[in-house]
Amino acid sequence: MIRVLLPAHLRTLARVGGELRLQVEGAVTLKAVLDALETGYPVLRGTIRDHVTLRRRPFVRFFACEQDFSLEPPDTLLPDSVATGAEPFLVVGAMAGG
Amino acid sequence: MSKIRLLVGTRKGAFVLTSDGKRKRWRIGGPEFAGWEMYHLKGSPVDPNRVYASQTSGWFGQKIQRSNDGGKTWEPVGDKFVYDGTPGTHKWYDGTQHPWEFKRVWHLEPSLTDPDTVYAGAEDAALFRTTDGGKTWEELPGLRKAKGELWQPGAGGMCLHTIVQDPSQPGRIFVAISAAGVFRTDDGGKTWRPINSGLKSQYELPDPDAEVGHCVHCIAMNASRPGVLFMQKHWDVMRTDNGGEAWREVSGNLPTDFGFPIAVHAHEPETVYVVPIKSDSEHFPLDGKLRVYRSRTGGNEWEALAVGLPQADCYVNVLRDAMAVDALEPCGVYFGTTGGQVYASADAGDKWKPIVRDLPAVLSVEAQTLA
Repeated sequence: MIRVLLPAHLRTLARVGGELRLQVEGAVTLKAVLDALETGYPVLRGTIRDHVTLRRRPFVRFFACEQDFSLEPPDTLLPDSVATGAEPFLVVGAMAGG
Repeated sequence: MSKIRLLVGTRKGAFVLTSDGKRKRWRIGGPEFAGWEMYHLKGSPVDPNRVYASQTSGWFGQKIQRSNDGGKTWEPVGDKFVYDGTPGTHKWYDGTQHPWEFKRVWHLEPSLTDPDTVYAGAEDAALFRTTDGGKTWEELPGLRKAKGELWQPGAGGMCLHTIVQDPSQPGRIFVAISAAGVFRTDDGGKTWRPINSGLKSQYELPDPDAEVGHCVHCIAMNASRPGVLFMQKHWDVMRTDNGGEAWREVSGNLPTDFGFPIAVHAHEPETVYVVPIKSDSEHFPLDGKLRVYRSRTGGNEWEALAVGLPQADCYVNVLRDAMAVDALEPCGVYFGTTGGQVYASADAGDKWKPIVRDLPAVLSVEAQTLA
């Protein structure tokens, strides 16, 4: 099981209280986790990635195991500790504005 | 007894304000969608409990919410707004061409006849329509063929912010875009043409006869006289008597003719309301005095309405979608401010009272008159 932690606004939108747990078949890549997330919670489509291009929205960032995966290509493998559920995959709203 | 429901969109959530027909005591509901920018909420004229809301965020994009019980509960519906075909380009601030990019929905206008049909005005300016209650949205691309390459963003972005349906001619719709102007379709949205004859924008447009490029802030119609529309332009208050074929200025004795919203009395088609704002660089009332101006002569002659409104040290703005009227007698008039106040008048503007003083900045106010 993959553990995913969303920012507060997206947790509200998806009507979940805390971490999500997702089943990901095959290689645990950035794209595979996001695909599973949007399949399980269709309301999140368009909020993290663009509906059409599937590019990350500019003010959304991805972290895992203290590494920033935001700029990595979609087929990037996530660390084993994310794949095994030992560590969560973090979707973070960028600090911006004032 | 009739009831009034106000749908208030703010920078940090939506609020539903309700009162009986006396409009003296109000219940404040919300915030809904706390933390999100709620650009606009509007109910269906044929099913007032069907309410649509534009929920948007610079971080997480666009969502559309739908309520079937007057705003008590909500469900997210479709939010995939994709421009038809290759979107092309429009004019950018510096005069170069810039690709069309969807940013948000500014305004939702439910159909006059079908609760499942809704028009959505978008930034970058385009008109979308759903016919399945918001599940799917399709652009009406004919609009951007009306010289879209010459449209240019105003300071607030290039937004389609006003949608007015003509109840006497089902295929006729007016839209207003900042900064492009007013456009009209007579065939249900297939083809459009600019209807900006008479608008003068000498500071923004070098060409005095420019067909498009005008910074129209809001237009309004009384349904009993659909050929007459009133406009608050960036500067100038305007009027047309022939469905937009020609506009003439009716700013008259207004202390400043800059402003954002404009509204028409529900029962008196020649009674019009504006909120004069000092200038485009100083978005607050003149002399710190918040005043609505009313014309009972269809423009030109205006009277200040100040009773109950702050007359010192008031430096709020009233945004273009933040004024509305109800359908009761006497007509109720409402507006919200960027300071978070929502003011109400139950006597057509003679006297005002705040319903609530400390909401987030108000983006939009819509009034529903319920049986």
